[in-house]
Amino acid sequence: MCGLSKEKTTRVIVDADKLRSEIRDKSVKVLDIRKEDDYKQGHIPGAINLPLASLLADDSPDKVLQYAQSFGIGDETPVVVYDDTFGALASRVAWTLEYIGHEDVSLLDITYGTWKKLGLEINSETPSPVKTNHSLKLQPQILATSDYLVPAKEKGAILVDNRERLNYLEQHIPGAINIPYRMLASGQNILRPKEDLRRLIQNRNITPDSEIITYCGSVGTLSGLGYYALKSLGMDNVKLYVRSFKEWKSLEKPIEKQQDANYWDLSAE
Amino acid sequence: MSNTSISQSKPDNVPKHKINWGRLEEAERFSEMVKLFRQGKINRDDFRRFRLQHGAYGSRMTDDYSMIRLKLPAGEVYSEQLEKIADLSEQFSIGSAHVSTRQNFQLHWVALEDVSEVLRGLAESGMTTREACGNSVRSIMCSPLAGVCPDEVFDPTPYAVAATKFLLRNPLCQALPRKFKINFTCCEKHGMARMVDIGLIPQQGEVNGKPQRGFKIFLGGGLGAQSFVGHQLEPFTSDDELLYTIVSVIRIFDRLGNRENMARARMRYLVNEMGWEKFQNLVLKERAMIKMLLSVIIKLEVDKTTEVLRKISISSEMPSLPQGYARWVKSNTFKQKQPGFSCIFLTLESGDVTSNQLRAIADIAREFTADGQIRNGFTQDMVFRWVRDEDLPRVYSKLLEVGLANPGALTMASVVGCSGTTSCNLALTNSHRLAKEVQRKFIELKIDEDDDLRNSTIKISGCPNSCGQHEIATIGFYGGGGRLGKDMYPLYTMSLGGRSDENTTLGHTCTKVPAKRVIPTILKIVEMFKSEKKSGETLDLWMRRIIEGNGGPKIKSLDDIKELLKPVVIAPTKDQDEDFYADYGSDGSYHTKTGRGECAA
Repeated sequence: MCGLSKEKTTRVIVDADKLRSEIRDKSVKVLDIRKEDDYKQGHIPGAINLPLASLLADDSPDKVLQYAQSFGIGDETPVVVYDDTFGALASRVAWTLEYIGHEDVSLLDITYGTWKKLGLEINSETPSPVKTNHSLKLQPQILATSDYLVPAKEKGAILVDNRERLNYLEQHIPGAINIPYRMLASGQNILRPKEDLRRLIQNRNITPDSEIITYCGSVGTLSGLGYYALKSLGMDNVKLYVRSFKEWKSLEKPIEKQQDANYWDLSAE
Repeated sequence: MSNTSISQSKPDNVPKHKINWGRLEEAERFSEMVKLFRQGKINRDDFRRFRLQHGAYGSRMTDDYSMIRLKLPAGEVYSEQLEKIADLSEQFSIGSAHVSTRQNFQLHWVALEDVSEVLRGLAESGMTTREACGNSVRSIMCSPLAGVCPDEVFDPTPYAVAATKFLLRNPLCQALPRKFKINFTCCEKHGMARMVDIGLIPQQGEVNGKPQRGFKIFLGGGLGAQSFVGHQLEPFTSDDELLYTIVSVIRIFDRLGNRENMARARMRYLVNEMGWEKFQNLVLKERAMIKMLLSVIIKLEVDKTTEVLRKISISSEMPSLPQGYARWVKSNTFKQKQPGFSCIFLTLESGDVTSNQLRAIADIAREFTADGQIRNGFTQDMVFRWVRDEDLPRVYSKLLEVGLANPGALTMASVVGCSGTTSCNLALTNSHRLAKEVQRKFIELKIDEDDDLRNSTIKISGCPNSCGQHEIATIGFYGGGGRLGKDMYPLYTMSLGGRSDENTTLGHTCTKVPAKRVIPTILKIVEMFKSEKKSGETLDLWMRRIIEGNGGPKIKSLDDIKELLKPVVIAPTKDQDEDFYADYGSDGSYHTKTGRGECAA
């Protein structure tokens, strides 16, 4: 990689007003990650529907490449992704595009629900994108596999569990620290302002150059948001353990638990 | 960031907090101290003292998580503050908050690294955790009925707030021998004036022929491994003397309290060891000295402006009365001395409330209460005041929607349970869950509808240390371990006949009851009472009669009750009943495990 592309800063988050102007001058592709039925009832103008379930049915690089090309996403096309699930599903899709080598992908800073509440424009027209070419340049440095975790941790990588606190206490990958996904959002925004996020990281004595691997319960959604929260701070050495705790358990790898406390009984749920 | 924001339509005349108890710089300092501690630059004990002084307890078997205790003077909290607590719980805790028996909220299982963020959030909304734990003057309590109680002489709330203003962060209170508790109550019935270091009940007196506000002051009470009932200092203490008196008592405690033995450090031990008369004289002398020596008169800044109540719109359309409304009104509402207004007590389970419920409570307070605030109560409950009687059905419907309309708040069906093994280092049993189980069962059995049981209480602690206040309960329990052969099982010690009103009495130990037999035991006691009671007699009065030796005809003493309970509390073998050997909330075999206590620094 040449120095130039390394210094190229991709925006992690796009705010609603900026996206609206980019939609007006048609300089952006917007992906809506919600279910098809929801999409049909209304979406951000020009958005293309890619339900997360469809992507997860086959998220092999070839298949993802096919999606990108059929949506008219070229190597240089800016892409903005949104969902209605606090940004977690959108994050998973954004990460997948990044993994096949698409650099310019961002998350909308609010959910569709908020967009609608704000009274911003929506419609129910389905666009017909023109197919285009996209190259395949896999980015293995943003992917963590189960085999990678333990040796990386031994070399100082920090493992971050983005599930809720009680789930984490109940069971987690040995040595992981917990940053519940709820900590990452503020008010109507899917991510806190950078200075807030930076404090959360600094409070944990995590330095900006640390290698960090995020994971969550099953398919890398909550941890996808965790991945982008760290990226938004300019942290480069972040990986997503995309198969997450579900795979870890199925492989019968060791699990750690907070012992001797009935914390679940404190919950009023 | 998107600049546009969503503004929901909320009434615009909602009262907001008037006093900012928080300090942002304390949050920043906390975050620095955690870093230094993690880097090994401060030792564990110093850090622990600092942490506790700022309201962060350790959690069960780990210092990596904190229980954060807010300090809510007089239990007052406003809608915007509740919403902040809801957000903080969702972000940094477990999505629920817990109301304590001292009117505070607690957030459990917060990562030590995030405590500073919670303190920051609280400070932004005018709240603090400062001196909520540790060897300090803890949050000053005030009856949730203060200002609206038909039996009170005057509203003590402004005095509780003024005393907090004076004592919070005051150098006088930064390194006491042990924690120090002050309670204000509205009247004899609705508080715990005799169960704390300083308890105060408003009283109207006369000084030089003029009417004068003042208090009955009780000193040296308290619950714990060894409990004492407080003594009244003098017949009448005028409000001019209030601050001098409080300062004198704290100074004597600071000088003479036992700093060698933590288990004997609370002021009640000092009073007990010295003898009441000697202690009383010391306080009166100290007060005289302070008054003579101080060149400046110190006086409480009591806010005497009358609260302006806002107009609230009364529901124009009456909803059809929802199912269960009559039962709820009877057991959860209280008629204020101001005609046309009621208080509503919420029945929580062991004080637990979800973030979403907190938001709903905040909305209801905005819409329906004339004072726009909520007060936490003395029994892990929350209270709306100043609700128009006509609005009660609508409030009930709203509470139903969020699962907060359970009946029983002001009856025996509402059970107190400390945090137990859910988070406390000292706990031997899961008292928290047991209290929930008992409450669920008793609501199902409609115990709350029985007027004979209305005045009685059930309180459960997970160890002998009384955080669940079992000793002032009609039926109280504290946790321990029992054994049959080599098998251990959770076992409570039951005490009967405790109360905290003008006839304050500590419960008398009756017998031991296995955790899984607590519910049948209570039901059996109710059955005994029903067959023995005199006409019009309530459970608590029957219990008092037995303890005073006037029982009969069949049950004359606590020993008779113990005898009749024998078949209920007998332990089966593990083969006969495996579940008996597991505590509530656990599948595995019961064993006891404790760590170091956190309530003293």
